[in-house]
Amino acid sequence: MRVAMNVNGEEVGAEVEPRMLLVHFLRDELGLTGTHWGCDTSNCGTCVVWMDGEPVKSCTVLAAMASGRDVRTVEGLEQGTQLDPVQEGFMQEHGLQCGFCTPGMMMTARWLLDHNPDPSEAEIREAISGQICRCTGYENIVRAIRWAAAHQPAKEVAS
Amino acid sequence: MTATTPVPLSPAGNPIGFGRMLRKEDARFLRGQGHYLDDIKLPGMLHGAILRSPHAHARLVSIDTSAAEAHPKVKAVITGAMLEGLKLAWMPTLSRDVQAVLATDKVRFFGQEVAFVVAEDRYSARDALELIVVEYEPLDPVIDARLALAEGAPVIRDDIEGKKDNHIFDWEAGDREATDRVFSEAEVVVAQDMLYPRVHPAPMETCGSIAHMDRVTGQLTAWSTTQAPHAHRTLYSLVAGLPEHKVRIISPDIGGGFGNKVGIYPGYVLAVVGSIVTGKPVKWVEDRSENLISTSFARDYHMHGEIAASRDGKIKGLRVRVLADHGAFNGTAQPTKFPAGCFHIFPGSYDLDAAHCEVTGVYTNKAPGGVAYACSFRVTEAVYLVERMVDVLADELGIDPAELRRINLLRPEQFPYTNKTGWVYDSGDYGRTLEVALEKAGYTELRRRQAEGRERWRAAGGSPEDPGAGGEHLMGIGLSFFTEGVGAGPKKHMDILGLGMADGCELRVHPTGKAQLRISVQTQGQGHETTFAQIVAHELGIPPEDIEVIHGDTDNTPFGLGTYGSRSTPVSGAAAAVVSQRVREKARIVAAAALECSPEDLEWELGRWQVKGDPEKGKTVAEIAMLAHGTLELPEGVEGHLDASVVYDPPNLTYPYGADICVVDLDPGTGRVKVDRFIAVDDCGPRINPMIVEGQVHGGLADGVGMALMEAIQFDRSGTCLSGSLMDYLLPTSLDCPSWELGETVTPSPHHPLGVKGVGESATVGSPPAVVNAVIDALEPFGVRHADMPLTPAQVWLAMRGRPLRTDIVEM
Ligand code: FES
Ligand code: FES
Repeated sequence: MRVAMNVNGEEVGAEVEPRMLLVHFLRDELGLTGTHWGCDTSNCGTCVVWMDGEPVKSCTVLAAMASGRDVRTVEGLEQGTQLDPVQEGFMQEHGLQCGFCTPGMMMTARWLLDHNPDPSEAEIREAISGQICRCTGYENIVRAIRWAAAHQPAKEVAS
Repeated sequence: MTATTPVPLSPAGNPIGFGRMLRKEDARFLRGQGHYLDDIKLPGMLHGAILRSPHAHARLVSIDTSAAEAHPKVKAVITGAMLEGLKLAWMPTLSRDVQAVLATDKVRFFGQEVAFVVAEDRYSARDALELIVVEYEPLDPVIDARLALAEGAPVIRDDIEGKKDNHIFDWEAGDREATDRVFSEAEVVVAQDMLYPRVHPAPMETCGSIAHMDRVTGQLTAWSTTQAPHAHRTLYSLVAGLPEHKVRIISPDIGGGFGNKVGIYPGYVLAVVGSIVTGKPVKWVEDRSENLISTSFARDYHMHGEIAASRDGKIKGLRVRVLADHGAFNGTAQPTKFPAGCFHIFPGSYDLDAAHCEVTGVYTNKAPGGVAYACSFRVTEAVYLVERMVDVLADELGIDPAELRRINLLRPEQFPYTNKTGWVYDSGDYGRTLEVALEKAGYTELRRRQAEGRERWRAAGGSPEDPGAGGEHLMGIGLSFFTEGVGAGPKKHMDILGLGMADGCELRVHPTGKAQLRISVQTQGQGHETTFAQIVAHELGIPPEDIEVIHGDTDNTPFGLGTYGSRSTPVSGAAAAVVSQRVREKARIVAAAALECSPEDLEWELGRWQVKGDPEKGKTVAEIAMLAHGTLELPEGVEGHLDASVVYDPPNLTYPYGADICVVDLDPGTGRVKVDRFIAVDDCGPRINPMIVEGQVHGGLADGVGMALMEAIQFDRSGTCLSGSLMDYLLPTSLDCPSWELGETVTPSPHHPLGVKGVGESATVGSPPAVVNAVIDALEPFGVRHADMPLTPAQVWLAMRGRPLRTDIVEM
């Protein structure tokens, strides 16, 4: 079947099997390998992307279900050559080690800050609790998101 | 040199040497531009999938692959029988055993590899697995390690000629007679059985490989998730008889390893076979279930500990018997002479009169492996044993666990200290580290609040009969003090499959003064590209941003055994320092030639050789590099260019140590435990990049919480693995972890050129006993002395009622 969607601002389309998962569509068809997969059971969250502005686990969404929608992946975080404050925060606070969970974590973090520009530590921990990081013990991910909250470009804070 | 010595900054603002520096590797990861195995797509690449056994022990009667072969997108179906024809059905393990690549005679564990399908895409490969028909004749399995050596137990490894039982090895360390004597004279002896359950490293990226065999040139290129590319190359050559110079292993970015990616898995070999058969590159990537049920588990040590002491708390001796469950094939990655790895560190951080341990390894019908998950070669098990035993003793004697440790910790003047199994601890000031941790935790105040809390619980109606009455929670405080021996290892003691555990390193300074460092170890997130550049910067004064660290490609790096057992900085880091020092010495000769003086007239000032007493006259490393590549006439016997290579054979292990304190909150109504605080004070010598060191500790602490409270690979009596998904094998989330509180002391290693000791596994080693000790401490009102990990709500609930379960087997 044919699917067509907007990914990071670009219209894309392809002929795929109806059972194809969005994560595989992004990775294998579009070559957007920044989105990862780490489990078969929707537990790990390495696959988190946005669909119509909401974080979803792309291993649990069929490419067909994303047809006609707006998808945003980690590759769409950087604006021009300007890193998103979340990306900058992950670097400044050493919020990543192997980097495998990082794209999913950053997509959730970006969403959180768009909806809650000054989250508490508890709110951050809650927001990322559906995603697993095996390397960082979460401490520096929390700090990275706090860093980003403190360095938001003022105009871009959504209501 | 300590972590606090200020170092000059480079033009980019990075420390030229030790200090906090943002990671070089982050730039690609943050943009989704990491290059992990499954991101690699080669022209014409095919996809493999493995059919796995649904039985733990069964005879293979027949396999019918015809329907799978008829699938329009299937290119090949490979069975054990076919591999036998190629002499590839069995492969050597890292412990001089063999493991079936695909089953030929029997299947020996649930999830064992039975057939391999190669297809045009990953979905079709999976589809075709379902078309393969296998007939099995089920056999009685050996699931309970404690019954593996029982009379009449089914023999798992009847493939080994003459094998009549499930015994693998017996190994002992320490002085049996002296220990028995100490025990017979002791005022107090306490014993405790404990299990360190089978756990799994479960890195977020699973394992996989892409093999491309070029039929014309005979060149095999394998991209693999490997922590040890050079060891893999040699093993591929041994397994498949491929000429080693035609084998190239590339380790791309690795999404976490923790020991899971040390060994070679059947899937890697099958990808090679698939490529040989089809002439195309073949990718095989396991799914999460395959990762959990079939690849390297860790631990699975059934331990019996006995501790002897005087009434006033002086520990005299330790006696340990271990039953080690190695699964169906002995595939642990251990130095040859040490089938129980570095378990001989079990006397821990204490000043004992005598100690002795015996370890017996057995086969069971479970997945093979045995060393993984940041364990420092079984130091994890040893530290858990001794730190639990000390708490059991504290309970027996009615002495505070902190006080009991104070009494018995080794004293600074005893270093270098030869422990009771003959290993020489290099340096330490244990008492100070413990006091820093106690101070940071506010230990006395914590004990006071705990006593008040217990009072409140009782007053509200809480009792062993009705723990939840009144709704009050109980606080638990747990300590552990660990000593690790890492940086394997001195060649005279340590090898794997005859390969000595020394590491090569090469440094080239280019004419313009920029450098490339080639290392043999493999980062999986530890940040080698940054840390190793800092080591060279420290020694040569070249800004770290001007140093490229090259790793992960056997064609482009010197031989070495890879990254595990916290060996990167102790071994390869030392190699990087020594090779830099060699380049520095060569630079001195070149500078002297240019300055027309003798090398002895020059002194080193970071990044520059200058004339003693006339510092204006000198040459920077960049200037020297250009001279070394230029036309300057060099002294007789001195070659041009500015590079060097080295093989570093460590004279000893390094011995990082630390004190961990855990504070838990127990809801006695549900058995739920929450880690409220965790204080970790580590002494790993000077910290090259304190930011990275702290990150390593954070991750290890989360591992410890996971193992103590939720992680276990469990089986039912039929041998079915019950932990085959992340819904069943629980990993700690952000809500399970507190905000870690870290501290440090700095005691350099006297024999490492930088004084550093390694830290990658320290927290994983030290934290599980601290968490368990805290939970058992919270259970004090119930008179609980021990319960096995994982201390899930159910296990704690049962412990409160005096009947904790064994956690290796789940009775259905
Ligand atoms: S891949 Fe694990 S949640 Fe999507
Ligand atoms: S950085 Fe490795 S899993 Fe999070």
